[in-house]
Amino acid sequence: MTISAILFLLVLLAAFSFFMGRQKVHAVYLKQRQNSDLDVRLRVKFTLPKYFGYVAALWSLVPALLVLMVIEIVDEPIITKQLTNYMVQSNINIEENFDLYLNEIQNLDVNHIEGIDPAKVKVFEKFSDLNSIASTAKSVVVLALAILMTVFGLKKITVDLPARQYFEKAIEIILLLAASIAVLTTVGIVLSVLFESIRFFGEIPVVDFMFGTQWSPQTAIRPDQVGSSATFGAVPLFIGTMLISFVALVVAVPLGLMSAIFLSEYASSKFRSFAKPVLEILAGIPTVVYGFFAALTVAPFIRQLGESVGLSVASESALAAGLVMGIMIIPFVSSLADDVISAVPQSMREGSLGLGATKSETIIKVLIPAALPGIVGGVLLAASRAIGETMIVVMAAGLAANLTVNPLNAVTTVTVQIVTLLTGDQEFDSAKTLAAFALGLMLFLTTLVLNVIALYVVRKYREQYD
Amino acid sequence: MINHNSITQKVERSLKKRYLKEKLFKAMGFASVSVAFLFLLILVSDITIKALPAFVQTQITLEIELNTEKLGINQNSTTVEIKQADFRASIRDALRKQFPDVKKRTQKKDLYSLVSIGAEYQLRDLVLENRAYLGTTKKLSFIADDDVDALVKGVIDRKVEESARRIKNFKLGLIEDLEKNGQIEKTFNWSFFSNGDSREPEIAGIKGAVMGSLYTLLVTLLMTFPVAVAAAIYLEEFAPKNRMVDFIEININNLAAVPSIVFGLLGLAVFINFFELPRSAPIVGGIVLSLMTLPTIIIASRSAIKAVPPSLREAALGLGASKMQTVFHHVFPAALPGILTGTIIGMAQALGETAPLLMIGMVAFIVDIPQSVADPATVLPIQVYLWADSPERGFLEKTSAAILVLICFLIAMNAIAIYLRKKFEKKW
Repeated sequence: MTISAILFLLVLLAAFSFFMGRQKVHAVYLKQRQNSDLDVRLRVKFTLPKYFGYVAALWSLVPALLVLMVIEIVDEPIITKQLTNYMVQSNINIEENFDLYLNEIQNLDVNHIEGIDPAKVKVFEKFSDLNSIASTAKSVVVLALAILMTVFGLKKITVDLPARQYFEKAIEIILLLAASIAVLTTVGIVLSVLFESIRFFGEIPVVDFMFGTQWSPQTAIRPDQVGSSATFGAVPLFIGTMLISFVALVVAVPLGLMSAIFLSEYASSKFRSFAKPVLEILAGIPTVVYGFFAALTVAPFIRQLGESVGLSVASESALAAGLVMGIMIIPFVSSLADDVISAVPQSMREGSLGLGATKSETIIKVLIPAALPGIVGGVLLAASRAIGETMIVVMAAGLAANLTVNPLNAVTTVTVQIVTLLTGDQEFDSAKTLAAFALGLMLFLTTLVLNVIALYVVRKYREQYD
Repeated sequence: MINHNSITQKVERSLKKRYLKEKLFKAMGFASVSVAFLFLLILVSDITIKALPAFVQTQITLEIELNTEKLGINQNSTTVEIKQADFRASIRDALRKQFPDVKKRTQKKDLYSLVSIGAEYQLRDLVLENRAYLGTTKKLSFIADDDVDALVKGVIDRKVEESARRIKNFKLGLIEDLEKNGQIEKTFNWSFFSNGDSREPEIAGIKGAVMGSLYTLLVTLLMTFPVAVAAAIYLEEFAPKNRMVDFIEININNLAAVPSIVFGLLGLAVFINFFELPRSAPIVGGIVLSLMTLPTIIIASRSAIKAVPPSLREAALGLGASKMQTVFHHVFPAALPGILTGTIIGMAQALGETAPLLMIGMVAFIVDIPQSVADPATVLPIQVYLWADSPERGFLEKTSAAILVLICFLIAMNAIAIYLRKKFEKKW
């Protein structure tokens, strides 16, 4: 029986238990509600009959589903084990990789087994046998359990059962599970990048990766070619990432901060209600659009500009990518700065103005120092965003790992390398693809540290004025 | 007394300078906002200008003789037989008939390359629809090659000297002859919206990418919305104050700031390599994007739930509703508009996301339009990325047009979100 058939039957059974459970208490419920004794009357009023139905349905559904899930997870390894045992017993040896062999067996067609190695056919027949046994056993066990639990659940249902409380507890557990998915995701991220990174560091020493200044992940096809062995020194990538992020922050922080100050302290409410959404649009434009714009419009423009004053500018200069990225994170900085500046108590503003300071003096000498921790937190968050930004740099920054801090040269970044290492068609286990995960680990750790510090600083700052 | 006066004088003397500084400061603020606006304006107009030619298509009208003997088919032929017939020859015959003087091989090559490679399929589909055309001679329009298209639109300048021009004099002469005969016309480019991707810019369309985006978003929505709402309700209404809940909250806030490409690595390692789900499929893309948008929607839903006034809860509790009934019967419906707004904004973010989908192989070149969530597909932003990387000049306008379509979708989604917020927003 297929999984969907089992699930369908389970749902049918649950519906049946719901009606039976509800029916079971319904008559008693109606009778007790008309009871002259107030105590009895009150007791039933706390629990509607449908809750008994829900509890009955949960009884028939949940244990069966859990068992089904466990069986689904363990059945494949067990079948494989049985098959291996069988092969050892009947002296069938295979030269090829066992996984590949298994795959072949699984994909054999029942109707076209003529002309295939008889040993293989035998294994295939055994495999089909095992599979059908497993499938039957699965259906029998799950459905039997469901029926058993239905009977048991219906038996337990009496009018005195605190059915609503049970049901609500079950819902609360489901809600908690939903909330825990975020934790599960984090664990998934950590495990997936960590495992592959550990494998990578098994081949390439950590020190070479962290402090090496030569990045050329291409392995030559013939061993005597130039640069035959790949080197994974990530320093040029780190420097490149920092350079582009720095350019972006140099653009975004002053512009974002001044925009926030202007909009919150100077602009009329009419202008503000128009300007704020327009600024938000900048954050809503997909990054691939910025990348296209940076590569095709801004970079050639900067190149021409540089040439007209006699500077040689690379066509994929860090400046172009950083500039466009900076514009992208303006709304990010400005909305955070807006938040923290408006959190400064009004009394501080009024105190300064009352002593005769002009508006700008109040802002520079009172508001910004008071809001500084919050602003720093915002800048850190913006930096983490700039470091992790991918599409702009993939499209507008270069691929060559140059170790330079000149923004007019082409540099490459961590994210660019992750994309280039993983989008080709290559073996998943090569050092090249594993290197991408090591870079991913670095990226994740850096942004994590920045985020944690920033969130902590912002929270502490908020508490200060609460 | 004297002291007092001198201070007043000092202050008065400095006033002018201070007011100037004030004005300067304000001007700087205004300039910052203006720079951001200006950039937005340049970005949008640059892309729009580049995109406009893509919505126009050059067609060449030719007199095609659908000779049943040459094609080897007739009106009673099966679909398979018609699909195998050599329609390219018919188009070439028509071109040769129009220009009988063209004899040299290289010149013939130029002649044949006036129409797109896709023209024969265009003709085939036309014949499949109207079998009565077989055996007759018809005037039919075909998509022009991208170079011809560029020349007619004026992207390739005719006045540039021959060596620097992509279209040489001979071909230019052919095109001008056709123009004189009125055989070249410009029509609205419907095929851009109905075709899949192609290596030929003139027949490449975005339908495949739009459908891919649609399937991906569908998966994302179905996976994120229930989980995000459940999580938000738990954290706002039921969560006790303890370490575990704190840990969950920190996790959610952190996930919201994790670079999107890291989610792509997660998808690659877990869903593709471990669970062996199909590569390039919208289902995997949808799962990855739903993990990515989950924190956004949880945070938005939480603030929507928080905005529901406590009096509503207290009234329900006071009338004897249980905590669960209060939440699901009263708080959740009241918070729903806010939750929906947050969800739509999260979906818009997912629609524009590129990097994580690159990691799970949605970057492949796919001509067919996906029919289900398990078919290999690409999405709009990745289509933009792929076209932006293509060397053919014709893809430049296609890329910009795809961006325009993407931005239109985003604007529509955000407009719906704003409308919902305006319509259902309650001041408690």
